[in-house]
Amino acid sequence: MSDPFVELREIRRQWDGKGGVRGVSLSVPRGAFVSILGPSGCGKSTLLRLLAGLEVPQSGQILIGGQDVTHAAPAARGLSMVFQSYALFPHLSVRENILFGMKVRRASRAAQAEKLAEAVAMTGLEGLEDRKPGALSGGQRQRVALARAVVAGHPLCLMDEPLSNLDAKLRHSVRRDIKTLQRRLGLTVVYVTHDQSEAMSLSDHVVLMKDGAVQQQGAPEDLYTRPATPFVAEFIGDPPMALVEGAALGQGAAQIGIRVEKIERAHVDDADLVAQVEACEFLGGETRVLLGHPRARGLGLILTGRRELAEGTAMGLALPDEHRVLFPAPGGQKDPQQNYGATDRQTAPRDGRKAPSQQTEEVSR
Amino acid sequence: MTDAFRIATRRRAIHGWLLLSPALVMLSTFAFYPSVATLWASFFSRETRRRPSEFIGLNNYRFLFEDPTFWKVAGNNLLYAGVTIPISIALALVMALWANSKIPGKSFLRTAYFTPTVLPMIAAGNLWLFFYTPDIGVLDQLFGLVGLGSMNWLGRPETSLWAICIVTIWKESGFFMIFYLAALQTIPPELKEAADIEGASRWTYTRRIVLPLLMPTTLFILVNALINSVKLIDHLFILTKGGPSDSSKLILYYIWELSFAFFDSPMAAATTVLVLAVLGIVAALQFGLLDRRTHYQ
Repeated sequence: MSDPFVELREIRRQWDGKGGVRGVSLSVPRGAFVSILGPSGCGKSTLLRLLAGLEVPQSGQILIGGQDVTHAAPAARGLSMVFQSYALFPHLSVRENILFGMKVRRASRAAQAEKLAEAVAMTGLEGLEDRKPGALSGGQRQRVALARAVVAGHPLCLMDEPLSNLDAKLRHSVRRDIKTLQRRLGLTVVYVTHDQSEAMSLSDHVVLMKDGAVQQQGAPEDLYTRPATPFVAEFIGDPPMALVEGAALGQGAAQIGIRVEKIERAHVDDADLVAQVEACEFLGGETRVLLGHPRARGLGLILTGRRELAEGTAMGLALPDEHRVLFPAPGGQKDPQQNYGATDRQTAPRDGRKAPSQQTEEVSR
Repeated sequence: MTDAFRIATRRRAIHGWLLLSPALVMLSTFAFYPSVATLWASFFSRETRRRPSEFIGLNNYRFLFEDPTFWKVAGNNLLYAGVTIPISIALALVMALWANSKIPGKSFLRTAYFTPTVLPMIAAGNLWLFFYTPDIGVLDQLFGLVGLGSMNWLGRPETSLWAICIVTIWKESGFFMIFYLAALQTIPPELKEAADIEGASRWTYTRRIVLPLLMPTTLFILVNALINSVKLIDHLFILTKGGPSDSSKLILYYIWELSFAFFDSPMAAATTVLVLAVLGIVAALQFGLLDRRTHYQ
């Protein structure tokens, strides 16, 4: 890994001691695609705004390209930004929107025309140059925002949930466009999202935040296979990691996590756990069986083909040792004996799920 | 066409007319009929005890155009509009931009700016009379402090119309500011952030983004200001009564005089018709020209 292109050192920005970001450090190598992931209110957007210069940190240091830009104006940082709400200028045509920055910087007409043609071709906006943003679809608007970000030629691009205002189908196509653009132009992208599947599929490096602090950062597969905390285990992956009380498996750890696809079916007599069928979800190639156990949550089993199992059927499960992730009890914050069985994972949204802390609150009620 | 369809269509038409009728009745009674009646009245001569009113065609208009007072008053009104409209709109915009920024006490600022609007025009006139009065007025007291002599702002033909203009600007700009303020608050803050990241200065952002987005509001205010420059004459009654020697007389005040001081209602009617025609043409021009260049969201 080359020396970092973007570096945050112990950045802090809070409002009356609440919210925001508390002491986050991060380093991004040149050309990397870094996602900042987390539930809403975790401070990920604040972090991005601090990086953009739209917010000033209370303490800490921001370096871009080796220069301290902690107190530099946004325009002096050599970056572009894509907003969740697109932030297009409604009275300007697509062309004027894309070229706004170049006009402000008084680029030559020839350079403007060249860059415009390039950006329009790259984002597939040919023929729409004279339209106003109001006459474009959501996907096209976000492409204009991308083109505006690209045309500046800055090596760093910040994206604040650029896909969350699009419908599911468009989200996938714009997602691919973003990735292609980033590769082709060798951009360094810092991408904020609350959608773990976006973060996992796009990035080289994922930073998972909670309550203004980094929970874990690393390659997507690290977060997936070796989550550092139960929060990470439950936030990353669809379905999320199943969590079982250590005692239920005769192990010392407070909680044991395991990916659902690693759980195997076993005979009830020599199973590690025996759980009850709660529901079956047929997904085409496979059936996902959702299981309930009083001392575990998120248990499931993946069976090939279509299966119908009656609710309440006892299923024996084997949890292979090599796939178990052990979580020690967190420094007395949580009660390790909490009743996991009552948590109803099925009711939680599958996509963009809430932080598990909210679910544990529901449990205690 | 089935009977049921025909009945449904007719019912919709009846509902439509029923919904329309209150406005139609009110507008006809209080706007359309008086306008037409005024136009009609302007074609007749003034009725005196000896000579009954008779149809004289466009003669009233001819008398009007030969009347130097009419031209004096029309000129006054043009100057009045030309001074008060741009200045009050520009002031309103500046105040709104200021009152919209993140400053302490901005709700106080907004209230302060809006206060003149709440005052009745007559009260405002009395207030400014107290400012302008020679020797004992606030202005003269202030000028006295720096050693300047007494000045009869309202009593001199050179200054009376300007003094009236200042009262109007003071009264109107706070009102227009409210519209600008409301329009400014519909501009999403991300636009400012996007412009910041592109390196646009505050001035560029204002000129290239804010002003174009405020154009619909500006158009609305412009039409209102124009109408007010003809309509708002209450303060004349308090401050100058059009004098001295017609130097501050505005067209509507002149109409009032013709009608209720000189009891020449046909001439008043003719003047009214002219004013209506001019206002109508200007409003049509404004909407026609500016509308095309205005971005509506």
